[in-house]
Amino acid sequence: MRHIANIFNLGVKELRSLYRDPVLLIFIFFAFSFMIYAAAKGMSQELNNASIAVVDEDRSALSKQIINSFYGPYFKTPELIQFRDVDKQMDAGNYTFVLDIPSNFQRDVMAGKHPAIQVNVDATMMSQAFTGAGYIQNIINGEINEFSQGIRGSKAESIKLTSRYKFNPTLNSTWFGGVMEISNMVTMLSIVLSGAALIRERERGTLEHLLVMPLTSLEIMLSKVWAMGLVVLLAAGLSLRFVVQGVLEMPIAGSVPLYMLGMALLLFSTTSLGIFLGTVARTMPQLGLLIILVFMPLQLLSGGSTPYESMPQIVQSLMLAAPTTHFVSIAQAILYRGAGFDVVWPAFLALAGIGLVFFIAALLLFRKSLASA
Amino acid sequence: MTSVAQITHLTHRYGASFAVDNVDLEIPAGCMAGLIGPDGVGKSTLLALISGVRKIQQGTVQVLDGDMRSSRHRTKVCPRIAYMPQGLGKNLYMTLSVFENIDFFGRLFGQGREEREQRIADLLQSTGLSPFRDRPAGKLSGGMKQKLGLCCALIHDPDLLILDEPTTGVDPLARRQFWQLIDRIRSRQQDMSVIVATAYMEEAESFDWLVAMDAGKVLATGSPAELMTQTATDNLDAAFIQLLPEEKRRGHKDLIVPPRVNVSGGPPAIKAEGLTMRFGDFTAVDNVSFEIEPGEIFGFLGSNGCGKTTTMKMLTGLLPASEGEAALFGHVVDANDLETRKRVGFMSQAFSLYGELTVHQNLLLHARLFHLPREKISGRISELIERFKLDEYIDALASELPLGIRQRLSLAVAMIHQPEMLILDEPTSGVDPVARDEFWELLIDISRNQNVTIFVSTHFMNEAERCDRISLMHAGKVLASDTPAALVEARGVETLEAAFIAYLEEAASENKTSVTSTNEITESSAVSANSQKSQQSGVFSLQRLIAYAHHESLQILRDPIRLAFALLGTVILLFVLGYGISTDVENVAFAAYDQDHSPESRAYIQNIAGSRYFIERPAILNQDEMNRRMQSGELGLALEVPSGFGKDLKRGHTPELAAWIDAAMPSRAESVYGYVQGMHAEYLASLARESSAPSVKNTMAAIEVRYRYNQDYKSLYAMVPATIALLLVMIPAVLTALGVVREKELGSITNLYATPATRLEFLLGKQLPYVAIGMFNFFTLLILAVYILDVPLKGSLLAISLGALLYVIATTGLGLLMSSFTRTQIAAIFGTLLGTMLPAISFSGMNTPVSSLEGGAALMGKLYPTSYFMTISRGIFTKAVGFVDLYSDFFALAAFIPVLTIASLLLLKKQDI
Repeated sequence: MRHIANIFNLGVKELRSLYRDPVLLIFIFFAFSFMIYAAAKGMSQELNNASIAVVDEDRSALSKQIINSFYGPYFKTPELIQFRDVDKQMDAGNYTFVLDIPSNFQRDVMAGKHPAIQVNVDATMMSQAFTGAGYIQNIINGEINEFSQGIRGSKAESIKLTSRYKFNPTLNSTWFGGVMEISNMVTMLSIVLSGAALIRERERGTLEHLLVMPLTSLEIMLSKVWAMGLVVLLAAGLSLRFVVQGVLEMPIAGSVPLYMLGMALLLFSTTSLGIFLGTVARTMPQLGLLIILVFMPLQLLSGGSTPYESMPQIVQSLMLAAPTTHFVSIAQAILYRGAGFDVVWPAFLALAGIGLVFFIAALLLFRKSLASA
Repeated sequence: MTSVAQITHLTHRYGASFAVDNVDLEIPAGCMAGLIGPDGVGKSTLLALISGVRKIQQGTVQVLDGDMRSSRHRTKVCPRIAYMPQGLGKNLYMTLSVFENIDFFGRLFGQGREEREQRIADLLQSTGLSPFRDRPAGKLSGGMKQKLGLCCALIHDPDLLILDEPTTGVDPLARRQFWQLIDRIRSRQQDMSVIVATAYMEEAESFDWLVAMDAGKVLATGSPAELMTQTATDNLDAAFIQLLPEEKRRGHKDLIVPPRVNVSGGPPAIKAEGLTMRFGDFTAVDNVSFEIEPGEIFGFLGSNGCGKTTTMKMLTGLLPASEGEAALFGHVVDANDLETRKRVGFMSQAFSLYGELTVHQNLLLHARLFHLPREKISGRISELIERFKLDEYIDALASELPLGIRQRLSLAVAMIHQPEMLILDEPTSGVDPVARDEFWELLIDISRNQNVTIFVSTHFMNEAERCDRISLMHAGKVLASDTPAALVEARGVETLEAAFIAYLEEAASENKTSVTSTNEITESSAVSANSQKSQQSGVFSLQRLIAYAHHESLQILRDPIRLAFALLGTVILLFVLGYGISTDVENVAFAAYDQDHSPESRAYIQNIAGSRYFIERPAILNQDEMNRRMQSGELGLALEVPSGFGKDLKRGHTPELAAWIDAAMPSRAESVYGYVQGMHAEYLASLARESSAPSVKNTMAAIEVRYRYNQDYKSLYAMVPATIALLLVMIPAVLTALGVVREKELGSITNLYATPATRLEFLLGKQLPYVAIGMFNFFTLLILAVYILDVPLKGSLLAISLGALLYVIATTGLGLLMSSFTRTQIAAIFGTLLGTMLPAISFSGMNTPVSSLEGGAALMGKLYPTSYFMTISRGIFTKAVGFVDLYSDFFALAAFIPVLTIASLLLLKKQDI
């Protein structure tokens, strides 16, 4: 009972400290509102608005038809450029795709001479380049067939394949970006807050003060975990409700409370991680660097920005130890696919296990650092 | 008499409370002027306003014949004023050595190397700091820190020296040396004016002219003699008390300590035996033993840094003793013994309460942490608030309290749980005489009436005299231990102070290292006064910029862990991200729900399973299973083959297949869709070839796709140049931002306010070392990329280096901008991460080209330096383009630099508000 009261009172102190830093509060608000929105709207990795140019040496009806077949939202309106400018323009990164339709193309097609159309792809634009090249081939083929036969796809197929997108039929990428950005912000903020709260106590001498009182290191640590966790959980919950569901109009398939429970587990790990880092680092600048070092892989390799299964095997195995990997899978399963606890429990279990390990490691290190202070 | 400062109608308020209330004052020049008065009456505010460090709200302040409102005048007189803020070592840099601290100030005042070295040598010698020349300021004792602070203030021979409680927390010997030092300096420089705030009346007695202040108002001015005559008293303490308004005077009486009567037996409350503490080869506490009885007031006296604090920390269990043993209430001290902690109240020397909580919140927090019964909490708090006279500060933030009030609060907190023992480390330093007497009244009361054991360290002799017994400590050893009267008698002197100094001098003569040089007035120091004043003021000075850069570099070098993280972190991240991030969609898990089980269906499924894009998982057996496995994210693609597929195919009826694609991640879904369609078409083509049906014609035209710049389509080639761009924004920006905000949070930003350094010099000086780190990182990354990761650099090395330089200047500038409106380091870290990570990862063309972004994201991308460096980096790495092709990106990058610098400049303040 006394322990719980201590943990509660110390946590309230953390909340009050936070309340006294208006700039930080504004940042938190900004992070969970505008940043989520901007990330959702901006972060589309699928083909969108790809810049394309055409060198039309044929100037025939067919070439016009091909050019006119590229339009939004996948492509920008194609720009016509000269052959001699192709290299320069691509070097400067102005176009991701440049088509070269040779002269007499239409005539050769109709004559069955099987002429070649060239598609230059800037392969440094990784995902867009690859997806886009596929689209372009399909489009050109379609247009040529239509032109030559008057009807698109008249050729009877022996098997009909219907592909359906499950869970997000319109492939709305803002939904994806918004929710994943919440995970990122939750991870980053919780590490920063708990780690920095610890360093601040050390730098200002208040940690020593706590240690002469009848408090245990477990209490000191748990108070930070719950207080910082609560702040982040609240901010993320509001963001989900008002930004993701409200402004971005994303339909949520599964149970929000279940998702929040998963987030609470994530926060258990990440606040522990923050305290761990706050103990390793002796000063705020050291902490800042450590956070970057830890957070970047946690974010970029969690599966929230690139497909998890496509990463090298060793990275995948390593990232199984990261709480964010499991949380990203939980978030996707619950929010997009409507999965219930019966489906996602293994990830919950993993998250809880990781959290426990992080927490114990942080506690041991924290205790050790206090003993040698 | 001419005046050095003229103040008319000056009013300064914090929120609703007046710190300075319509004050008119004329401070005479060329003398020692003292500000005396209780804590929190506006002394510090007044000094800060005179020095120009704080911005004037109302009224006028004329200093050295000019208006301190005018920034022109401030720049002009700044080099002639020296200001030493309140608090131990507030203007010092704790990781820098004694020499480096003074050297930094010398550089800021534009002194040449030779001049600096001579002056520093003089100052160190006359303050007795020479033996500690290379010791970090953070490891000096309180008194030494104050001396060092004074050295820093005196480096430029100011005409006006402003000292805010310079001797608070300094031992008597060091205090005496301090004033001797000031006297010597004044005898050299007759025309120098000194304004001092002090809480020590005996010091004030030797000043030329005094201002007695109370509640933001001036009570009286004049020489000490005048004040005493005016009030018909024979000492300044009494004179001051007479000057106070009636209601504050009431209740004050001379303090009498009743003798201890109920000397109980039983075990000693504190017992120390052979306590020893070593830090490396330095012995801080050397074989100290004592016993303190319950209810006794035991005083600890000694010079700064003699080991008092260390001893107290060992008693509380904060520091494990290297040797020996301490016991409280008969229990050996154990850091995990919570029960004993509840019986002890501890107040440490450094202020250690929560500055961001109010007075009331601090008390409440501690009451709860000590588990006072709920119903008693509010009563206890109001009792303490009344006793310590904290009522008018009840809702003030602890960090904004004047020093003396803070001490009272710390004490109140230490006593909140009515401990049986109080361990107080210099509890009254900085507290005014009236409050100190009240405080001792309280101590005596609880000692005599509640039998509370008090172990207290102090520098005040009149306090030491009130103790039952005292120990004199020096250099880690206890010199003598007895009742005050017995000690005085043993030395055959008149006062305890004389006895104390006699003991110390005896000890000092035994080992010559510490305090010998005090009374020497070196001849060489007279020389430095004549040396040419090389100070410049106003305008831009490259030397001051270099001073800041040099000083920042030193601090970075003193923190090798930070440096190592900065360099190593970059390297690790390059590997992790370069290898790890892969935008290709591969190895997507797929399973078939084959309801047909015919050779045809198996062949079709095999066609997909065999590709490198998909990995086949165990087959799906029913609809529910398919839903569940897709829901959990196990499967990225499920292929449903209806029964009768094979039959239909053979009969030429077009059978229908369904491909379910998990679209939770839209970009992946799109790729999967493309793969499936492609493989389907291929399968159809192969079917057609097998049946060699003549009707099926291949495409009408060939489409040749040329992947340029990255023929192998390797993620690494695209990701490494992008990762370099990413790493060169976050790390330099965060480091730079923290470099500035750190000074704000730890208080040394005052040096910017109080020295001639301009904001531009400060900012650029801070930025420079981080630009250097950034460039070092860049070259490390470049070498790793080319030689370890085998990513060829196709373009010009010179061009990419130039790009990186512009970029790093811009990104460190971003850090400066962040630092200019954040006050705490937490906010700075979070804000800078927010401000760099998302824009750099999402809006700068790392995955999605900037040209494909829309709306706000597109705008952000265009207004962010990373976009341009991303183009430069990828262009030069992969496309062999040069400066000529990318000149517009270079120009855009260069344009960020002045914009960011000017914005930071406008947001940074040169005065405290």
